[in-house]
Formats: sequence, C-alpha cells, structure tokens
Amino acid sequence: MVQHDRVQQTVMHVFMIILTLCCVLPFILMVSASFTEEAALARDGYRFIPEHFSLETYSYLIKSAKTILKGYGMTILVTAVGTLSNLTLTILFAYPLSRRDLPYRGVLSFILFFTMLFNGGLVPTYMMYSNIFHIKNTIWALIVPSLMMNAFYVIMMRSFFTSSIPDALIEAAKLDGASELGVLTKIILPLSKPMIVTLVLMVGLNYWNDWMNGLYYVKDQNLYTVQMILNNMINNIEFLSRNAAMFGADAAKVNLPTIGIRMGIAVIAVLPVMIIYPFLQKYFVKGIVIGGVKG
Amino acid sequence: MQTSVKVHKKKFGTLRRYKGLYLMMVPGLIYLLINNYLPIGGLALAFKKYDYTKGIWDSPWNGFDNFKFLFSTRDAGLIIRNTLGYNFIFILTGTVFAIAVAIILNEVRGKLSKKVYQTFILIPYLISMVVVSYIVFAFLSADSGFINNSILDHKINWYMQAKFWPFILVLVNLWKSFGYNSIIYYATVIGIDSSLYEAAVVDGASRWQRIWHVTLPGLRPTIITMTLLAVGRVFYSDFGLFYQVPMNSGLLYDVTTTIDVYVYNGLILLNDIGRSAAAGFFQSICGFLLVLTANFVVSKIDKDNALF
Repeated sequence: MVQHDRVQQTVMHVFMIILTLCCVLPFILMVSASFTEEAALARDGYRFIPEHFSLETYSYLIKSAKTILKGYGMTILVTAVGTLSNLTLTILFAYPLSRRDLPYRGVLSFILFFTMLFNGGLVPTYMMYSNIFHIKNTIWALIVPSLMMNAFYVIMMRSFFTSSIPDALIEAAKLDGASELGVLTKIILPLSKPMIVTLVLMVGLNYWNDWMNGLYYVKDQNLYTVQMILNNMINNIEFLSRNAAMFGADAAKVNLPTIGIRMGIAVIAVLPVMIIYPFLQKYFVKGIVIGGVKG
Repeated sequence: MQTSVKVHKKKFGTLRRYKGLYLMMVPGLIYLLINNYLPIGGLALAFKKYDYTKGIWDSPWNGFDNFKFLFSTRDAGLIIRNTLGYNFIFILTGTVFAIAVAIILNEVRGKLSKKVYQTFILIPYLISMVVVSYIVFAFLSADSGFINNSILDHKINWYMQAKFWPFILVLVNLWKSFGYNSIIYYATVIGIDSSLYEAAVVDGASRWQRIWHVTLPGLRPTIITMTLLAVGRVFYSDFGLFYQVPMNSGLLYDVTTTIDVYVYNGLILLNDIGRSAAAGFFQSICGFLLVLTANFVVSKIDKDNALF
C-alpha cells in the first residue's frame, strides 16, 4: 500500500515537472536565441543552449537603444496612466454601487452589467473613436479604448466592499461629519489594500501587454510601445520575406533586425513581468480565482 | 396637490443627500457611454452603405445588402465554422486538462513543490500574444526554427501548410490558458470539505475512488458554470491567437480566420466596411442571445453562479 502510494506520488510529480518545463522551456528558447551569435543562429537555428555565446544582441540594443528606450518609456507611461485611471474609475463606480441604501442602485448596476452582455464590436467602436473623437495617433488611443474600465473588475471591487466593509463603519464616519468622498478615501480604501493591489496587477498587466489598441489606432512610430515595436517588426519581416521576389535585391538592403535582436526585444518586453510576478504571485492567483468563475 | 409636492420634495431631498455618491459615478458613466453604449448605436452601420465623405450617420441605408453580400461568399460559412469549431475544441481540451492538473496539484505531496508548480503553470498566461507569436516562430520558422533544425531531418514550411494549424492553434491555446483554468479549479478543490475525504479514507476508499466520489462531484458546479460561460462566448475568439500566431499568413486563412480576424481584415486592411460591419453585427447579436441562454441555464442549475 505504502509502496503503491510512493509510485503514484512519483508519477504525479514527474507529470507536474514535465508540465512546468513545458511552461518555461519556450522562454528559454527565446532567451537563448538572444544570447547566440547571429551566424550560429542562421546556421543551426534556435537552440535551447547557445553554442556560440554572445552578447552582441544586447550591446547592440544598448547602443542603438533610442527606439527601444522610447518604446519602453511609452509602455511604462501608458501602463502607469492607464492603471491609475482605471482604478480611479473602478473604485469611484464600485463604492456607490456597494451602498445598499443608494436609490436607483438597480438601474445603475444594470447599466454597468449590460456592457458585459452586449457590445457594438470592433467596427462601430473603431469608427467612433477615430471619426468622432479623433483619437488616432494620440497617446489616448493607447489608454482609453476598452481598457480603462471593465465591468468585471468593477463588480469584483463592489463585492469586496459589500462583503468586507461593515455598514456601521460608514455610518459612524458620516455621523462624525465626513463627506462621501472622505469616507471612501480615509476609511474604505485603507481597508481595501489587498483588493486594490490585485486589481492594479491585473489592470497593469493588461496595459503592459496590450498591442491591439496600437494596431487599430496608432501609426505614428513615436507612440510605439514595446509590444507594438515587436508587432511591427514581425509584420515587416513577414511582408518582406513574402514579397522577396517582388523586391528582389532591395529586400536585402533594407536593414532588418536580426533574429537575435528581435528575440532580445521580446525578452526585454517580458522581463519586468517575470521579475515582479514571483513576489506578487498570491495577488495574481487571488485575482484569477475571484474573477475567474464570474469572468 | 400639496401631498404630491411634498412627495416630490422628499424624493428630491433624498437624492440630494446622495449627491456625493452620484457625482462619484459620473466619470464611470461617461466612460461607459462612450466606450460601450455609443458603439451599440453604431451597429446601424451594418445596414448602411458607408461613405467616408458622409460619416456614419449620413451614409445612405442599404437594407440587408451587406448581409446578402457577406452570406453570398464562402467566407461566412468559413468564419462561423472556424469560430465555433475552435471554441468547442478549446472548451473540451481546456476543461479536461485543467481539471486533471487541478486534481494532481491537490493530490501531490510537498508544500514547496505545490507552490512551485502553481507559480510556473501561470507563466504563459502572463505574456502577450505578440510574444507568444515570437515563441511559436522560434519553433516553427522554416529556416531557423527549432523543429526544422533540431528535430526533423527535412524542412517543413509550417506557415504555408494549413493542415497543421488546427493542431498548432489548439496546442498554443492550451499552453497559454491551462494554468489560469487549473488555478480556478484548484481553488474549488481545496475548498471541498476535508471531512468528506476523511470519511472516504475511513471507508477504505482508494485514491481513484476519492477523486471519483468526492473531488469530481465537488467540482461539478464550477465545471458547469465555467463551461456554460465559455459556451456563451463561442461567437467570440481571441483575436491575438488567430491573427498574430499564424502571422496573418494568407495561405492559412481557411483554418485561421475567425469572425474577429475577418472583421479586422475587412475594416483595416481591405477597407470593406459594409461586410465587416455585417459580420460584426451578426457576432454581437448571436453572442448576446447565446450569453443570455447560457446564463439562463446556469441560473436553473446553480443560482449562485449565474451572472444575473
């Protein structure tokens, strides 16, 4: 029996270790390519262990860093401003909805909730943002459309307020003459830190990884985020290689980023997430578990 | 007359008392109006012949012409087949695999290893589809891809052969999303009353019997809810997965074009607003009806997990 159990445990651990490797090895392939000599990459292809180790990719990235650095700056700016705006909108909307005594609470909840059931889709949204609000090629295009408020997150926040903040606390503060905004900022928010951290991470990740708004609305290279640089690079390469016959010798002259450099930029794009994630893993897990079933 | 004034005054008084709370909601309401409600009005585009010089509202109506055009091509059948087909395979593979992983994660011993496994399986979920497409390219690139160079002895032009892509896309989707789903199921598993397990052990149940008679029944509500909610979204697809990962390669269109990709290509690349708008309208309406149906079924089975 004990013997049997030990075999089962071993089998399960082996399975989980293989699965874990499946999650990590693809990244290793990418990282390894960024540390490999370009000639070796062209000859042997991608390898998990670089045979001819080289830092040329990174020294190139550091030297000619202008575009990359700018892209990085844009990503950070968009993520910071976007996350802050999203959290502000979410908290300001969720708190009144959590108040059982608020008149027309049902109607207001429905206005929020309906957006999860029905939407106009890409065509009208795109037309409206570009033709009415003239958002194209502005930084707002990277911040506002679709990412700045999400009904799921508002509902998560509202449920947290309803379940974790006693009504009596709000009553007491109001008797002391606090305004509604005062109650929210001085009493509710300090009590909601874990939930706020969770939302900051989820929303921040959405902004950091977003390339769709850029694809739809931004052509101006000055506004490119890291994700957009990556997206653009791969499109150019595909375009040129597909039309190599048409461009003939000219295609070779166009200065295409090498495989190593492309992979290097991809590594830089995921690096901050990979560094932060292990430390804040429990908040991510919490966000997924709370949001998951409903979301 | 007087009483009605009084009632009115009283009501107004109450609303004024809540002025602070209502004011807080104004920014959110404006955002929802712009981002979510105005585009719904824009769905009218599906019934118009769009004219750039006239804009959305002044373009002339053309009835069902856009739909007739859309459904007269083979595209309509293709994109509906791809969107629904992939979604059903994703739901099936994703659910089975995620449940298996959640159960193993629960059965396996060792606090540290559990923690390590949990941390690692979430990594694919954290990266963007653009980066995923780079990774897939590292494996599949014809000239320098890992598979062509280190595994096969001949070169396959992966990005030009449609027959491989249903498998590749299912695999990539599973890789990217199983960790996320496993974590949700695992959270349910650890929430199962431990006295049930103890009772099972006292009754001499083996590991399989415990999983079969305690864990799986405990997971049932979560499985039903997650599946139905996913079914409610089968008309939508992950644009990044179907557009980025196959690199929008024309030779693969038959097996990679979903409604979302089709709408995007029509709108941005081909400037065919009418057809795109019609496909998008179809998606919005079917999606709406389906999510209502799915939720109705959830609420019948398990009221707590229904969205409304």
